[in-house]
Amino acid sequence: MQNDLPANSKPLKERTSKAERRALQEAQRAAKAAAKAEGSKLPATTSGAVASANVKPTKATKPSSQKNDSATVASSEKKGGDRPPEKDRKKDAPHPRMQYDDKSRVEKAKRRAVVKQTEARNRVELFRHLPQYEHGTQLPDLESKFFQLDPVHPVVYKVGLQYISGDISGGNARCIAMLQAFQEAIKDYSTPDEKTLTRDLTAKINSYVSFLNECRPLSISMGNAIRFLKNRIAKLPLTLSESEAKAFLQSDIEQFISEKIILADKVIVKHAVTKIRDGDVLLTHGSSSAVEMILLHAHELGKQFRVVIVDSRPKLEGQLLLRRLVGKGLSCTYANINAVSYIMHEVTRVFLGASSVLSNGTVYSRVGTACVAMVAHEFRVPVLVCCEAYKFHERVQLDSICSNELGDPDAISKVPGREDINYLDGCTNSENLQLLNLIYDATPSDYVSMIVTDYGMVPPTSVPVIVREYCRDQVWI
Amino acid sequence: MWWRSASFILDHRLQEDPPNDIASSSKEPDTLSKLSPPQTHSSFMAAADPFNPIPNPKISAYYQTRAAHTAVVTSDWLAQAQAAVGHHPDDSPAPQTQLLASPSASGKSFCVINEFNNWRKQPDLAEAVAAIRALAAVIRASEATTMMELEIELKKASDSLKSWDTTSISLTAGCDLFMRYVTRTSALEYEDFNSARSRLIERAEKFGEISCKARRIIAMLSQDFIFDGCTILVHGFSRVVLEVLKTAAQNKKLFRVFCTEGRPDRTGLRFSNELAKLDVPVKLLIDSAVAYTMDEVDMVFVGADGVVESGGIINMMGTYQIALVAHSMNKPVYVAAESYKFARLYPLDQKDMAPALRPIDFGVPIPSKVEVERSARDYTPPQYLTLLFTDLGVLTPSVVSDELIQLYL
Repeated sequence: MQNDLPANSKPLKERTSKAERRALQEAQRAAKAAAKAEGSKLPATTSGAVASANVKPTKATKPSSQKNDSATVASSEKKGGDRPPEKDRKKDAPHPRMQYDDKSRVEKAKRRAVVKQTEARNRVELFRHLPQYEHGTQLPDLESKFFQLDPVHPVVYKVGLQYISGDISGGNARCIAMLQAFQEAIKDYSTPDEKTLTRDLTAKINSYVSFLNECRPLSISMGNAIRFLKNRIAKLPLTLSESEAKAFLQSDIEQFISEKIILADKVIVKHAVTKIRDGDVLLTHGSSSAVEMILLHAHELGKQFRVVIVDSRPKLEGQLLLRRLVGKGLSCTYANINAVSYIMHEVTRVFLGASSVLSNGTVYSRVGTACVAMVAHEFRVPVLVCCEAYKFHERVQLDSICSNELGDPDAISKVPGREDINYLDGCTNSENLQLLNLIYDATPSDYVSMIVTDYGMVPPTSVPVIVREYCRDQVWI
Repeated sequence: MWWRSASFILDHRLQEDPPNDIASSSKEPDTLSKLSPPQTHSSFMAAADPFNPIPNPKISAYYQTRAAHTAVVTSDWLAQAQAAVGHHPDDSPAPQTQLLASPSASGKSFCVINEFNNWRKQPDLAEAVAAIRALAAVIRASEATTMMELEIELKKASDSLKSWDTTSISLTAGCDLFMRYVTRTSALEYEDFNSARSRLIERAEKFGEISCKARRIIAMLSQDFIFDGCTILVHGFSRVVLEVLKTAAQNKKLFRVFCTEGRPDRTGLRFSNELAKLDVPVKLLIDSAVAYTMDEVDMVFVGADGVVESGGIINMMGTYQIALVAHSMNKPVYVAAESYKFARLYPLDQKDMAPALRPIDFGVPIPSKVEVERSARDYTPPQYLTLLFTDLGVLTPSVVSDELIQLYL
């Protein structure tokens, strides 16, 4: 909120009209008054207020201790009357994501929340802005509330529970489940009296989305799908009757699932298979549905190749993939990520899945992917990232800190089935132990040779072109 | 990129005012006569064809033509050509090539590949342009009455052209580009068939001009990068690079050129001959002396057989190692290539391309147990290239993919 102010007052300097000059004067006066009232401890705020009036756009976020003072400054500026209407401000910058180290906002969000999450106590300093909850406490609570929850459609509720319990995981599966739940919800929806479908349904979808977000933070691909749906609702022709509109939306969702996810995967497989030759050794990390399809299809085509599956704790998703591949008769090698530098020298291609690909070519994927890509790059092994274009996002991210998801910290402190490994028993609650279980990481584009997407095989530098050409108004066409 | 080229814009203007449209259709017979391949050539070819279509299917036809046009003709090359003539009587092309006979009532059969080969003979004509002219000839010979029929016929012709020589990237790129124009140009949708057809033919005719114009544009663009007193390393015989250096010499720039020898077809010898004619100081190097001389060099100039989607280039064998050496010594590597060489390919490494083989003469007999690497080209990844000079402007390698996405998607 604060950084908007200087940005808005930026054009002031060019053409200072009378009113604006007065606003500036008033702001300065208010700042002075505030400084007097607060006593001597406030030089910083005064300078801040003057700075904002004096058109200095560099002022970044303020520490929350100064919140009250800056509020007075803000209100005094409001009196000046040169604040642009709310609408314009929204367009300037994308809505900031919720920062979970901002206490007052977290409190507010909690009051609205349906899912009662208990927050974890010892959080790692760098990752305080991400939500982290005690795992396993919400399920019984939610189940007991099933009949009281009016606003959430049962199907959406079911999907939410499946997210919490981990029954549905993987970007595509989660996205499809969500869309299908929305489809059901739209089918059962009827517009209440004195409301319009467009508005009321959007509100409904919003409440579902926030419910799902509480169950598990949304992935970027789901965000894109939701944006698509909302856009479709907003653009519904007013002449349609309610049943027509509902049928329209349902078929739109159906089309999104089949074109952007299922067909896209088929095209990706078609492209990627051309890069597999006889005698290749392919390495993959974790379990990606696109990579699995590629491997199976190449096997069906009769190509002779070997697969190395690199896996990592705590999820060990690679074992699932391994089981399915071995069942189909592929020859596989299974290794832990610790062994990746050893196994890499015999590998000829690395195929990786991705949760999202960002505008600067950064690949946002299951934690460990960056490590595999870097080792492969060091060994001069080409790294192919397979990702459907609906997962592309215009955002830019440089590290895996500012946006990530935190998993259950207990998962890394305990080894299930190994009672003898109990070194951390009893000290997980200690004040000076902080456990960090990251879910995703960001792979810089330097380590990626190619991105295989439904628009063909492109270098990571071309992601913004695809986003620009095919994602107008943030809706994939 | 097609629509940014000069002739496309001209074309576009033509469409916008209708009177011109009529004028262009009246011009049609004129265009046709200009477009038909030189008769002398074809008759000459029928008599004694030194380069028969695919004399040996294992050997890249593209590189044979290149060698014939640009290289010093060596004894081994002559022997090979002779052998080829001996093996194949001239009018029977290799069995896998599809004869594309137009279903004409007059019984005149027409073969797109022969047509292509006729055009290809001209040393100044790029392969892609020859392909497009051959396809234009298909349109002329075609008796299709709807756009769809014509499209199918063209598709067949371009497929047979592409399969005729899979090693030539610019042939594939040229065919794709033309097909793209036929299938995509919305300008063709609202016209009646005949004027659409003549527009296509006209378009193909213009393509030859673009090819020459593109070289001029590239030469102009690259002048800013050649400074007085610089030393330029050149590899292979590229018509574009020659044009660049020619223009620089005409602009009274003082520079000196190092030419690699370009084994085995010795394209460098020919290139140094051309430069000597322009009075440019030139020095010949053997291919293995590149690293030795690199610290004297200020920039490396190469052409390209094809520019691929990653922004890397496919070029004559040896380009990759020169780029590597230049990169490690922090010398810029400039590529001069026309935009019709942009191809929808994405090789991940050297072996990820269809091999293009050529004969190599070592001067002494090689024992049969010894294997010979006969590949004619290599792939240079984009991180070793500094800039690409194209008729679309001076591009960084990553822009190539952007242009391709805009064109083909």
